[in-house]
Amino acid sequence: MHMADALISPAVGGALWAVTGGVSAYCARKLKSSLRGDLVPMMGVLGAFVFTAQMINFSIPGTGSSGHLGGGLMLTVLLGPHAAFLVLASVLAVQAFFFADGGLLSLGCNIINLGFFPAFVAYPLCYRWVARDAHDGARLWGASVLAALVGLQLGAFSVVLETRASGVSGLPFNTFLLLMQPIHLAIGVVEGLATAAVVSFVGRARPESLGSARGGSDVPVSLRAVLTGVLLVTCVLGGVFSWFASTRPDGLEWAIAHVSGREKVAGAASGLHEGLAAVQGKTAVLPDYGFKEVAAGGQSEGAARASGADAAETWPAVKAGTTVAGLAGGAITLVLTCLLGVLVKACQRAG
Amino acid sequence: MGLGGWIEVGRMDELGRLDSPVHRVHAQAKTVTTGLFVVAVMSFARDEVSALTPFFLYPLALMALGKIPPGYLVRKVLMAAPFAIAVGMFNPVFDRQPAFAIGALTVSGGWLSFASILLRFALTVSAAMVLVACTGMHRLCAGLERMGLPRILTVQLLFLYRYVFVVGAEGSRMVRSVELRASLTRALRFRVYGSLVGNLLLRSMARADRIYRAMLARGFDGEIRVLRPARFRLSDLAFVCGWAAFFAAARFWNLAGLLGSLLTKGVS
Repeated sequence: MHMADALISPAVGGALWAVTGGVSAYCARKLKSSLRGDLVPMMGVLGAFVFTAQMINFSIPGTGSSGHLGGGLMLTVLLGPHAAFLVLASVLAVQAFFFADGGLLSLGCNIINLGFFPAFVAYPLCYRWVARDAHDGARLWGASVLAALVGLQLGAFSVVLETRASGVSGLPFNTFLLLMQPIHLAIGVVEGLATAAVVSFVGRARPESLGSARGGSDVPVSLRAVLTGVLLVTCVLGGVFSWFASTRPDGLEWAIAHVSGREKVAGAASGLHEGLAAVQGKTAVLPDYGFKEVAAGGQSEGAARASGADAAETWPAVKAGTTVAGLAGGAITLVLTCLLGVLVKACQRAG
Repeated sequence: MGLGGWIEVGRMDELGRLDSPVHRVHAQAKTVTTGLFVVAVMSFARDEVSALTPFFLYPLALMALGKIPPGYLVRKVLMAAPFAIAVGMFNPVFDRQPAFAIGALTVSGGWLSFASILLRFALTVSAAMVLVACTGMHRLCAGLERMGLPRILTVQLLFLYRYVFVVGAEGSRMVRSVELRASLTRALRFRVYGSLVGNLLLRSMARADRIYRAMLARGFDGEIRVLRPARFRLSDLAFVCGWAAFFAAARFWNLAGLLGSLLTKGVS
């Protein structure tokens, strides 16, 4: 999964190098203040270990192919995020310089894709949350697979984004995305299983060594960090992923279409239905998750859609209206949920 | 990258300890020049092919003057090529706009950008490897530290480099012992893998512990001291400026095209 220089423009490569430099400096500062002398040789030797382990393959039953450990999550479990990031950066650098595995310009990208996400996102938010302090058992295996999946999906997605932003490869965005994400789903499972296998072995043989290397350099899972992370993910999902929502009819619309020949049943023309539909028409700021369009003849948005305009929509539907609808919807939901939580807490305190 | 991969690292290490005019150039000068080289090569337009060819002068000159065996580097570039091919080969598929014609054959833009990707890959990869082969890991890390790399990262690189042979040999021995006892024809079974790599991890951690005690016994006080590299001389500055001038010229004028038109003018 190492990116080659061939895919990156100097602008994107330089920007990612700057990010790598910033994160490295941050990790170095963090470690300096809490540096235990024995962490230095431990980091070096574990780097050599990951390097070696990446060359040992195990066969995946049923597929005839083999897999190997990537090492990002494993290092973070053993050393904590800051040290693990630096160790991974060193392993990737040696691979780039000695084996041409990834180029010089794209080394910054590779370090972020393969090192940042497992260490600073997957480990604190997924692994720690599920595994707590488990040394063995279903908890450990589940946490490991989940964290590896998340880390690799994020890494693969940033590869696609960086390639797209560079504009060098002729591969279209959707095709590349549809190629990368499913493959890395499988790779993520393999990575999670391999990591769990090794960690559980060490946990059974010498459990005290699992915690000792990490010492006090763990990232405390602060509420602020989790909230920021969730907010960021919501923005990306609402703002960008909404373009990829399927334009095909959902289950109910499909069933109705099969029964009645149209996707939506025309409502009754009088009484309560009409009154409520009028209210909805007035209050809906972003009808059908897009900006309100003034159709010819003054028809409402819903009628224009029912006449089969959907079939001509392109996918992904990159529209500003959809982005705004996604972000606004997310924000409103967040505010309402917080208010609900405050209300519940107030009732609990009163009652 | 089979289990003998770490041996390759040793080979590069040997090359880095040779002596030649290129080896004597300061590591910082060579790093900066290689950086400029990569930026210049990557800044070309997508479908530029002929203007890239003069850039081969840099790695080839360093290889020749640095006594690096060319076959060795070419083999490594070829071994790493499949990824670039896999990525670039989509370009002819998606970009069918004809760019120019040679006689009866029309060449599409997609093929041009594919060729450009391959050339760029070969250039940047060979430049990176020549840098390491002509400098050696210790001088390179010392130079990087002078340029602002955090000390802990420099130390990490040097430690990794130092112990990759040791841990790699240990891993090779463990895998070979399993192979001898189980007549394996393919990769390990998963259960065996878990305990093999787990054992390797335990041994690595024990080794790290021994190393730390050895450092303490030799007076380690928590402060890492790095040997000062040689000083930056005028010849190093000339090295950087000379090559930078060449890169600038080759970037802004198509030297290969100029040479070609000169030759054809001479013929006709």
